[in-house]
Amino acid sequence: MPTTSALPRLTVAVTGLNATDSPGPGVAVIRALRESPDFDLRIIGLSYEALEPGIYLRELVDKTFQLPYPSAGTAALLERLAHIRQQEDVAVLIPNFDAELYNFIKLGPQLRALGIHTFLPTLAQLEARDKLNLAAFGAAHGLSVPTSRPLHSAAELLATAETLGWPLVLKGRYYDAAVVHSLAQAEQAFARLAGQWGVPLIAQQFVAGQEINIAGLGDGHGRTLSAVPMRKLTITDRGKAWAGITLADEALLALARRFAEATSWRGGFELELMRTTSDELVILEINPRFPAWIYLTAAAGQNQPAALLRLAMSLPVMEMEDYAVGKMFVRYAWDLITDHTEFQQVAALGEL
Amino acid sequence: MTTFYRLNLLPPHPSLPFFRMKLKPNIATSDAGFIFNPATGDSFAANPLAADILARTKTGQDAAAIKADILERYDVAPGQLEKDWDDLLAQLRDFNLLD
Repeated sequence: MPTTSALPRLTVAVTGLNATDSPGPGVAVIRALRESPDFDLRIIGLSYEALEPGIYLRELVDKTFQLPYPSAGTAALLERLAHIRQQEDVAVLIPNFDAELYNFIKLGPQLRALGIHTFLPTLAQLEARDKLNLAAFGAAHGLSVPTSRPLHSAAELLATAETLGWPLVLKGRYYDAAVVHSLAQAEQAFARLAGQWGVPLIAQQFVAGQEINIAGLGDGHGRTLSAVPMRKLTITDRGKAWAGITLADEALLALARRFAEATSWRGGFELELMRTTSDELVILEINPRFPAWIYLTAAAGQNQPAALLRLAMSLPVMEMEDYAVGKMFVRYAWDLITDHTEFQQVAALGEL
Repeated sequence: MTTFYRLNLLPPHPSLPFFRMKLKPNIATSDAGFIFNPATGDSFAANPLAADILARTKTGQDAAAIKADILERYDVAPGQLEKDWDDLLAQLRDFNLLD
């Protein structure tokens, strides 16, 4: 992307280019980064599959390299990143998938040796907020969370439902969930989720109310540098936000601050909450990364990805306080046009 | 689902009684009749008369004066105005818009 900017050049690699109906956050992160007032950015996309739409968004992504799947392990990932580093002067890497974070965190020192900076939670932080550990996490920090338990086989469903009650929420370890109202539905959902994401699944008590999400950025020392609450206005049949609006509610901001302070959270995070009819805020899930709607934070005046970029470069970031309330996003589907030669290049050569 | 409600206080039959229609201070209203609750993200659309009533209450106008004006401007019996006024109040309360 040609530029005449006087800002310092910086190359940033970003994963999560799957801007699909269950989107990864990468494209939204890049869109926010492009509005950074600090750097003239070259964006390197990191993809896992050849049809991730972000690869073909050439106005946002300058070049893309494919990565080995997280299951290939850290050695394969490091080898690939070293290869990429030989070709591109990547200074910062922003991973955006839950499932890949373990490897990237684990490789932190090696990445630094390659000259690649990150700003990620610690392994202990990553594991503490894992869906499997959420109940203990809530108890340890005095945060309200639903009762949950791991499910290793469908045979445990009935006893679990008797304890937690119907309806029951079944969740995959990293992604996907189903609300089930009967044993038959539960067995069907168990087979689907376990087949796709493996076991254990997580069975969680159903909490009724209004769903609210908070995107935040912790400095790793207990400070919340930014927190923006959003209510989903339209959701897809997979429960993903298709439209949302920023909210003004001190209780939500206080909860985000409490979370970051209790955990000394380092990096982006998303709290998925339910506000019950009795006005209690229950944390359903804690995502250890930015959400797919993160561009709304930039649009509302708190550009969290741009702030994270500064943190990764060891630049100071002030606490952000004001943001536009009532700022909305409405997602849309768009048919990107590309050519088979570009697709073949990604599929066969692993870069474009 | 997008929350988008319509208040039902239509010109042919407004009404009037005892009045405690005080919107929460954070509730935003527009001249066009849109109401926004920034704490919940809920949006509402009031019809022109309801919008006018809300705008006047926000400026601190007395309920009795508003009702008297409505009775003068519209062909509506006082009893009907009372009933519709109560309906509006109930809706505002249900939507958590009142102090």
